[in-house]
Amino acid sequence: MATQTITPISVGDVVAKAEEAKKSGHRLVQVGCTKIGDDFEILYVYDKDYALLSYRITVKADTIIPSITGVYWGAFVYENEIHDLYGLTVTGINIDFKGTFYKTAIKHPFSVTVTKEGDA
Amino acid sequence: MTKQITVPFGPQHPVLPEPLHLDLVLEDELVVDVIPTIGYVHRGLEKLVEKREFTEYVFIAERICGICSFIHAQTYVQGVEAIMGLDVPERAQYLRTIWGEYSRLHSHLLWLGLFADSMGFESVFMNAWRLREHILDDLEATTGGRVIHGVCKVGGVKRDITPEKLDEMLKGLKGMEHELQDLTNVFLHDSSLQHRLKGVGVLNKEDAYALGAVGPSARGSGLKIDIRETGYAALGKINFRPVVEHSGDSYARCAVRAKEMFTSIDIIEQCIKKIPDGPVDMKVTGAPDGEFLSRTEQPRGEVVHYIKGNGKKNLVRHRVRTPTFTNIPPLVKILKGCQLADVPVIVLSIDPCIGCAER
Repeated sequence: MATQTITPISVGDVVAKAEEAKKSGHRLVQVGCTKIGDDFEILYVYDKDYALLSYRITVKADTIIPSITGVYWGAFVYENEIHDLYGLTVTGINIDFKGTFYKTAIKHPFSVTVTKEGDA
Repeated sequence: MTKQITVPFGPQHPVLPEPLHLDLVLEDELVVDVIPTIGYVHRGLEKLVEKREFTEYVFIAERICGICSFIHAQTYVQGVEAIMGLDVPERAQYLRTIWGEYSRLHSHLLWLGLFADSMGFESVFMNAWRLREHILDDLEATTGGRVIHGVCKVGGVKRDITPEKLDEMLKGLKGMEHELQDLTNVFLHDSSLQHRLKGVGVLNKEDAYALGAVGPSARGSGLKIDIRETGYAALGKINFRPVVEHSGDSYARCAVRAKEMFTSIDIIEQCIKKIPDGPVDMKVTGAPDGEFLSRTEQPRGEVVHYIKGNGKKNLVRHRVRTPTFTNIPPLVKILKGCQLADVPVIVLSIDPCIGCAER
């Protein structure tokens, strides 16, 4: 099984860690968001030789998140997705769809947690 | 300065089975910029983890895509099993590997037919889909379903395959191999096809890596990225070498898919020869408490299922990064600088699966 490590970092370190990852020859695997209570966890995952290197930031709904598209050009798909599904603000995206990347009936559908009846 | 015009490509287009929209900025016939738009079939399937127990959710995971359905289910259950520390029976691991490679074969034959059809190569289209029927027949006979199989479960698989059926499957594949060789030879050595694809839509190795290309789109550019090398399921006990081409053009991406169908047959053959006797599932108690990034190699490349549980029956998060999603930035890159007439074949050369990408 390939190794996996997840390291918590601050929002201010996101771009620096992306630059570090790129310099050391990692490719961007994904950027994904998870809502935990009132907070949002964003996981930046990089790969080199099948070993995953992951950095996690934990943010509030009004936190401004810097884009890593200046380092990994293709990250715009993930950052637009996070904006459209969770309503978080990512600044400096190279191709910013401004909320039109996904067309959803409910605005920012993943920003609300649904609890099944009886599970509360 | 030449006047720029924007031509919409999709979401409805003869070569696109699924909706993808590209705004092509043209100077005469030259594409100078591309703005992609998806979101037409976003279903929010990941959100259903909040309403379905982790054992039931495998059915949702399998329905992310109608082509890579089995591998989505496999990736999901492997992630849950990793969090729970389950030691899945070896026979189940071999069966998963066999069905996974059958899925790759049926996907690549589907693509081959669609790609040939898009260029007017009707005989290849018909023969590719004729061969695909044999694969789907075996999938149906062994899992009960042609498209959605429903055999993967947390802790193993739901069905076994008898030794007699495994022998029959192997004979069928060996018989098909010769026909497949003829078909891919015709396809890859056709002068019109080579003229249409060679040097078209070039993605060099450095850009492929920097932009996050995966699967045949990466391997066609000389990158040896194949998650099967990590040895998930029974692949750690199987000898195989990923197919890599180096020219980075549309032809190279097609050649990778055509050649790796034979790799899949070889992997299935090794699995059938090595599969041990024993149970195909195990009892599962408790619920996942932890997180894991589960990865497998789908026909279009690396898929990532991020799974997070908190010890309750409903997961906290299931996030899927599909290969087509990460192949969109490389597609944008290779379309810039191409001729308008080449856009359809370049788009199909990455074998996009939009339903998968949007979940």
